[in-house]
Amino acid sequence: MDALTVHRLHFAFTAMFHYLFPQLTMGLALLIVILKTQALRTGKECYNHAARFWGRIFGINFAMGVVTGIPMEFQFGTNWALFSRASGGVIGQTLAMEGVFSFFLESSFLGAFLFGEKRLGPRLHWLSAFLVFLGAWLSGFFIIATNAWMQHPVGYQLLPDGRFALVSFWALLLNQWAWWQYMHTMTASVLTASVVMAALGAFYLLSRQHLEYGRMFVAMGVTAGLIASCLMIFPTGDSQGRNIAYDQPVTLAAMEGLFTNERGAPLMLVGQPNMRMKRLDNPIYLPRLLSFLTFRRWKAEVDGLDAFPEDRWPDNVPLLYFAYHIMAGLGTIFVAVLALAAFMLWRGRLYDTGLMLWALMLLAPFPYIATTAGWLTAEIGRQPWVVYGLMRTAVGSSVQVSAGNAIFTLIGFAGMYSLLAVLFLFLIYLEVQRGPEAAVDEHGAAGDSGSARAAD
Amino acid sequence: MIAGYAVLDGFDLGAGVVYLFVARSDAERRSVLASVGPVWDGNEVWLLAAGGILFFAFPPVYASGFQGFYLPLIIVLWLLILRGIAIEFRNKVASLVWSPLWDVVFAGASAMLAVFFGAAIGNVVRGVPLDRSGFFFLPLWTNLRLMPAVGVLDWFTIIVALGSLAALTVHGALWLAMKTAGAVAARARIAAGLAWWPVLVITALLVIIVPMVQPHLRDRFQDAPWGLVFPLAAATGMFAMKLLNGAGRVTAAFLASCLYIVGMLTSAAFGLYPYLLPSSTDASAGLAVYNSAAATYGLIVGLYWFIPGMALVAVYFAFVYRRMV
Repeated sequence: MDALTVHRLHFAFTAMFHYLFPQLTMGLALLIVILKTQALRTGKECYNHAARFWGRIFGINFAMGVVTGIPMEFQFGTNWALFSRASGGVIGQTLAMEGVFSFFLESSFLGAFLFGEKRLGPRLHWLSAFLVFLGAWLSGFFIIATNAWMQHPVGYQLLPDGRFALVSFWALLLNQWAWWQYMHTMTASVLTASVVMAALGAFYLLSRQHLEYGRMFVAMGVTAGLIASCLMIFPTGDSQGRNIAYDQPVTLAAMEGLFTNERGAPLMLVGQPNMRMKRLDNPIYLPRLLSFLTFRRWKAEVDGLDAFPEDRWPDNVPLLYFAYHIMAGLGTIFVAVLALAAFMLWRGRLYDTGLMLWALMLLAPFPYIATTAGWLTAEIGRQPWVVYGLMRTAVGSSVQVSAGNAIFTLIGFAGMYSLLAVLFLFLIYLEVQRGPEAAVDEHGAAGDSGSARAAD
Repeated sequence: MIAGYAVLDGFDLGAGVVYLFVARSDAERRSVLASVGPVWDGNEVWLLAAGGILFFAFPPVYASGFQGFYLPLIIVLWLLILRGIAIEFRNKVASLVWSPLWDVVFAGASAMLAVFFGAAIGNVVRGVPLDRSGFFFLPLWTNLRLMPAVGVLDWFTIIVALGSLAALTVHGALWLAMKTAGAVAARARIAAGLAWWPVLVITALLVIIVPMVQPHLRDRFQDAPWGLVFPLAAATGMFAMKLLNGAGRVTAAFLASCLYIVGMLTSAAFGLYPYLLPSSTDASAGLAVYNSAAATYGLIVGLYWFIPGMALVAVYFAFVYRRMV
């Protein structure tokens, strides 16, 4: 393997693993604020129990997100030094803003939220939940603004020494790619959190424990999840697709598996890209729909891959095609399942319909798969560029770090993250077993030994 | 920002170093972790924020330094991961097997981090073999000598690393003495007293060898003697913390320890100025403030959000430290 490939694998692996955690916490932060609001409005203690329980789940995920997130920021420098030197003047801005505006906010008030309920009182506790949510969502924005600049660079000037200088701060923050990408990503995060909540509720109902909370989680998860899954498709997904069509047309062609220019292009549902014959094998498609979705005209011409020189094609068309189709396919399935569940909820039959509860419970891993596939689409779709149209990925990596050293650290991360994954699943299992009403000491440990405490 | 990180995460690293010795029972260990638990991730965030600021203000230094120190930085990441999960997860399970395991991980990772941060500062002071393009790559060690092919660890950086371990041990022990009570606090004061002696020895040693290793620093203090206030502040802090700790005034001793750390770091920064990352082979290849800053517009915009942003941070910290710790 050459060093460039190892650096790419290194980033792909650590980024995909990292994002398993923030995608839950960002969405969950919103749901926790809703639970705390319900608790304040109704005065019912069960909402507080639920908020504390999800706060503990949040805490475990947040810790995992922090420890796997630090390597992400370091890797820009360690593995992508030439890219960082060139673009630090622009994206260093958003990354530093994330540090200053959101990390401090989120981490300070998470501590307050988890450990300070008694000392803060209900209103300040609600406020700390809200500030955790604000910090998490700001953090998401700065990261997306960074990624959006790499997808669609704006507000920069190329200096004679090959570095990019920022010339418009507001162009960077108001990049229209950033806004649609942000909406799409945050909605996805709400969807993940909602489905996880509904799935856990379904598990409690099916296993006949914590029934009151089982119903609460299913109802809230299904409702929030249905709203989020619809917003995923329209307007956020649709608008992002149109951004790609206008600014990265070759990426759109590769995502859709469209090898030749077509008037009235079809939307491919199934098929395998055949790179040798330059066609899609075994296609099943809806005629003309792609043209309509992209340009709002049934007969509009959509550029196929052959309209572009091959050195501008994404370097792994089949992976891009499958990632996109998995994301979009799952997105459609979410709408269908959650709409049906919401209908049964409205008719008052959901809690007794075992089959639907099973479906909800087994749905839990799929938002994670869809989100990961979505990011693969964005990142592979940007190739062969690290900064779209301006800097190729091949010239962005750390040339002084040899393949051997990078393989060493990749293996180290693989081992470390396997350990983290085992620990994470174990701790989540413990929380789920203890349930929402477990007695909790001030350390956040749901406790069998809650009294052993000497501080204060 | 770096100094902020050193003072803040410094105490929780140091608390980790002395952790196994000063806190013997489970209840005592919980009380130690309780004193760092609500703040550690906030403190670690300083490291991230400092990295972010370096990235945005001096991209070439960030790119060159992070690539050149690839191996030690990745090892630091692994240590930070282990330490973070040890703090967060130790109390999740009540078991005679679970907690002691994480206690050892926490203490070991904390001590290793203190060593690595010291070694990092040693490397920056000594300089690295930057080439014409402003890049370098250091192996972890070569032959432990300064010349000709340096590694991250050589005899000089090892001395700085040990100094950092000793200084952060004192710092953390004083923090614990301040934040806990009873037997833990008493043992922490003893630990701080014992670890102070190596701090004294190594600081004295550094005063002699640093100007030999990095002649630029010697010239700089000769050209601008007012800069001697920084090392003097460090010396004041060093002696004050011993005396104040002996007198039982631990809060004042902790502040003196902060002064010592800030004094040492600002002395190094002042002595190296204008270099951020000096070259050990060819002085003119060093990365300095003037040849590696980002473009002016970006820096000015940065100041507009940085100042109110940090003011907000101060508000959160005041809130959390007052309400929670």
